[in-house]
Amino acid sequence: MKTVIIDYGSGNLRSAHRAFERAAIDYKLNHQIVISADPKDIENADYIVLPGVGAFKDCYDGLKSRTGVFEALHQAVQVQKKPFLGICVGMQLLATEGIEYKGSQGLDWIEGRVKIITPNAKIDLGLKVPHMGWNKLSLNQSGQSHAILDGIEIGEAGLHAYFVHSYQFSPQNADECILTTRYGQQITAMVAKDNMVGTQFHPEKSQKLGLDFIANFLTWKP
Amino acid sequence: MSQFIQAVQQDSDLKARIIPCLDVRDGRVVKGVNFVGLKDAGDPVECAKIYDAAGADELCFLDITASVEGRGTLLNMVSQTAEQCFMPLTVGGGVRAVDDVRALLLAGADKVGINTSAVKRPELVGECAEKFGNQCIVVAIDAKRVSKVGEALRWEIFTHGGRTATGIDAVEFAIKVADLGAGEILLTSMDRDGTKSGFNLPLTRAVADAVSIPVIASGGVGNLDHLVEGIIEGHASAVLAASIFHFGDYTVEQAKKYMASKGISMRLDGYAN
Repeated sequence: MKTVIIDYGSGNLRSAHRAFERAAIDYKLNHQIVISADPKDIENADYIVLPGVGAFKDCYDGLKSRTGVFEALHQAVQVQKKPFLGICVGMQLLATEGIEYKGSQGLDWIEGRVKIITPNAKIDLGLKVPHMGWNKLSLNQSGQSHAILDGIEIGEAGLHAYFVHSYQFSPQNADECILTTRYGQQITAMVAKDNMVGTQFHPEKSQKLGLDFIANFLTWKP
Repeated sequence: MSQFIQAVQQDSDLKARIIPCLDVRDGRVVKGVNFVGLKDAGDPVECAKIYDAAGADELCFLDITASVEGRGTLLNMVSQTAEQCFMPLTVGGGVRAVDDVRALLLAGADKVGINTSAVKRPELVGECAEKFGNQCIVVAIDAKRVSKVGEALRWEIFTHGGRTATGIDAVEFAIKVADLGAGEILLTSMDRDGTKSGFNLPLTRAVADAVSIPVIASGGVGNLDHLVEGIIEGHASAVLAASIFHFGDYTVEQAKKYMASKGISMRLDGYAN
């Protein structure tokens, strides 16, 4: 199997790469993990990962500006339905649009908008933005879990996940929000639709929970 | 329990963080650590692995290398550490330009600390935030009290290890870099650093209350009550400590359990089994 982590000029690519390699080794998965911006690698990949840190618009523009990457990604994910994981901004890019000081369209693969975490009255009392650190995961109100969470305990008894972000993705269809985390309000922690999953938290930085999650992704057959 | 902490914890499950900090020169840990079972106390990767297994919430490397060759060694060290540790890693020290930040991020750092350069040229904070996102830009502020007894409290930024006064007000500077795009502030009290007499709480609180980004309290930790005070009295989002952990006075686990016993929400599930 081959997993490609898309290099579009953003992100802590090395962290993600190492975590995926480690998960593959720990779980004895025969996966080759490559970082690439070459459309051919995306065409040949079995699994696709879009990492991302930074601003929504910069990331979207970075993806668009690399020759053939956007087209190859669309073909792989939307037409061939290969398993896809977006991390942090890589997840937010799935949205219809991002609303920042400079608005930007997104991939529009999961309908919804990305907005700044609302500074509410409580922010003066210590709810800072970025939302940074370890937080708990909960199943969304609809309570539907997801195959990629098999064997991972969610909720009060589950492990924490590492977050660092100032923006949040609100899917239009609430059923596509699988996990939330509590930070002044319920914030989307994971979305899923068909062959796509996206996490706001960083599995590559979430120690055991993260490596388990990555291993599940690498064996996921949507 | 203070109203502040209650308000934070009522609406959020985010945990306060404990961040051990290692001083590194030419790719080696200096000032030493003293863990049971550690083969090479100077090996940053070994130290990082121990803290990873001990349940540290993040790890910070402070690079005090002077030479250009040493920077190459640092990148190599960051890379090896990131290979072994799946928790967030902040690297600070000697960052002067956007390219320094890029090199550290590519090596495997998750966040990069900017100190003196941000004082000399605050615009660098904005340039880096625009390139890499504000979440990975930590501005390190070294502050010292300059007000006299009886005067209103005032702190100034000092550079060069606390020797050089800049005349810049620490709270105003914190507000400025937050506006420019810093994602977090690492606030070190130069009055307290190394004293083991506790954080400078008025300073920590003045800065934490003035900005909407997280503040890491640093400088002066000598016991576990100091960590508690940093969060409850200082309103910090995270506490950084070096020697109390390096020399085995307390384990990270002890610290977390103690802070939890004082009503602070901590992540108690990070220890290796």
